[in-house]
Amino acid sequence: MSATFTKSMARNVFYGGGVFFFLLFLALTFDTMKVLPKRDNSQNITPAVAHGKKLWETNNCIGCHTLLGEGAYFAPELGNVYTRRGPDFIKAWIKGQPTGVPGRRQMPQFNLSDADIDDVVAFLKYASEINTNKWPPNIEG
Amino acid sequence: MKYKSQAVAKLYFIAAIGLFLGQILFGLIMGLQYVVGDFLFPAIPFNVARMVHTNLLIVWLLFGFMGASYYLIPEESETELFSPKLAIITFWVFLAAGAITVLGYLLVPYASLAKWTGNDLLNTMGREFLEQPLPTKVGIVLVALSWLFNIVMTVLKGRKTAISLVLSLGMLGLAVFFLFSFYNPVNLVKDKFYWWWVVHLWVEGVWELILGAMLAFVLIKVTGVDREVVEKWLYVIITMTLVTGIIGTGHHYFWIGAPAYWQWWGSVFSALEPIPFLMMTIFAFNMVNKRRREHPNKAAVLWALGTSVMAFLGAGLWGFLHTLAPINYYTHGTQLTAAHGHLAFFGAYALVVLTMISYAMPVLRGRAANPERAQIMEMWSFWLMTISMFFIALFLTGAGVVQVWLQRLSPTPMSFMAVQDQISIFYWAREAAGVVFLIGLLLYIGSFFVKGDSHAFE
Repeated sequence: MSATFTKSMARNVFYGGGVFFFLLFLALTFDTMKVLPKRDNSQNITPAVAHGKKLWETNNCIGCHTLLGEGAYFAPELGNVYTRRGPDFIKAWIKGQPTGVPGRRQMPQFNLSDADIDDVVAFLKYASEINTNKWPPNIEG
Repeated sequence: MKYKSQAVAKLYFIAAIGLFLGQILFGLIMGLQYVVGDFLFPAIPFNVARMVHTNLLIVWLLFGFMGASYYLIPEESETELFSPKLAIITFWVFLAAGAITVLGYLLVPYASLAKWTGNDLLNTMGREFLEQPLPTKVGIVLVALSWLFNIVMTVLKGRKTAISLVLSLGMLGLAVFFLFSFYNPVNLVKDKFYWWWVVHLWVEGVWELILGAMLAFVLIKVTGVDREVVEKWLYVIITMTLVTGIIGTGHHYFWIGAPAYWQWWGSVFSALEPIPFLMMTIFAFNMVNKRRREHPNKAAVLWALGTSVMAFLGAGLWGFLHTLAPINYYTHGTQLTAAHGHLAFFGAYALVVLTMISYAMPVLRGRAANPERAQIMEMWSFWLMTISMFFIALFLTGAGVVQVWLQRLSPTPMSFMAVQDQISIFYWAREAAGVVFLIGLLLYIGSFFVKGDSHAFE
């Protein structure tokens, strides 16, 4: 690099650039938080949804599944599973694990009560109604 | 070594390599579970293996960063480390916390672990990469603060260089952004939005500062190029990192409920994210070409050049591959993400830590460079690990492309599990490449035990 562009100039550009773009990021974040209530389905967060999310987390569901495309890629997307399979299928599925079919991927049995499973389903229903800009492309997730 | 206190780095490096081996073994378990679904079930379900695999990665890289900074900061600052004792205590605390956490993952059902460790007090667990129980998360904060304190105090009492400044800033950012791991709102969109403030702002932000500083340090040492030149490059590279990477966070905000304008911000800025990595490649090759000395540690030079190339391929090119919103719409959450994740973490972070270990470890063991035979073995391990990881990324890319086609683009989309059956050949190939990687890693570990005439200091 040319000698007229000195190290202290480079340092100043670093500070200036870093601070400027971080502030821009904060501004965009601020705007996002303002418009989020129109998109994030938060009006439908009930105690059941909150408890369902906690069960989702404390059983480490994200360790195999994706949720809105994030997580592990070992098991199906669950952000839209409520619309893909419906509540009854989901409940029966969770209760029926593991399938024990030789050689197939196995989902553990989490020993959830019926009330717990209802809450997990409530959480998945809430997740399926978030405005995700039409993602996933089709029902298969 | 020039300063006695640099010796603490050795502990950190040994732990890093040990945990790295653990990470790879669990990776092989998971790779096999992709094709033999019930392998080790129910003893080690996939989600547990994955937690161990990714958490060990993070922890060994942190051990590597810490060891590297305890080695390079005294040399940069031209003074002994502020408190070697604190560094040693921190080491044992971190190692114990890490070991107990991994044992907890393996031996206790995750829900019980959450209950016993106070997750009801503050829900933080069960989110990807942030699975650690609350006490472990608090421990990570304390360890990071102790590390930061020790380093900053050392820098303050000695010479202040651009490398130590950038490294300290990277560490500060690492500590600050980790605090967002304690924020877990019920609102899933906000949860995901700020989760990325840890994950993205770490690996595509502040960690790159640490990476740049470590690479610059090793390049100065092995090439003898003027510090002014190297440090100017360093500033320009990390400027581009922050300019592109901060707003680039937006490429994670396309489909999680955030406003659609992030598709523009995220696509444009993250499309520029390869630039700092390309500059890093040009920088590393330039410095080596203009070298003023022939350093006897040829292996370290190879690791350094390898880092710059593989970081560009993994983080830069493989990131760009699926970062534009219209493409990401189809690729989001597929094996393409896994391909990018593997090559980027290996190319940028695993390799830079191995670069630093390769340069520093011989010095810590009282010589300028390892015996020829040891270096040749080390270079073999570089090629085996690098090429096999490149193939892992290629196979996962193949799996991802077919997955996108069958599940999302085809006029008759197949279900997730049906698609997984169709692409199992790619998973078998990936597992085979993983075995070669393990052989490379074992060779690497073996290279530390090769005896012979080592290079003395000049």
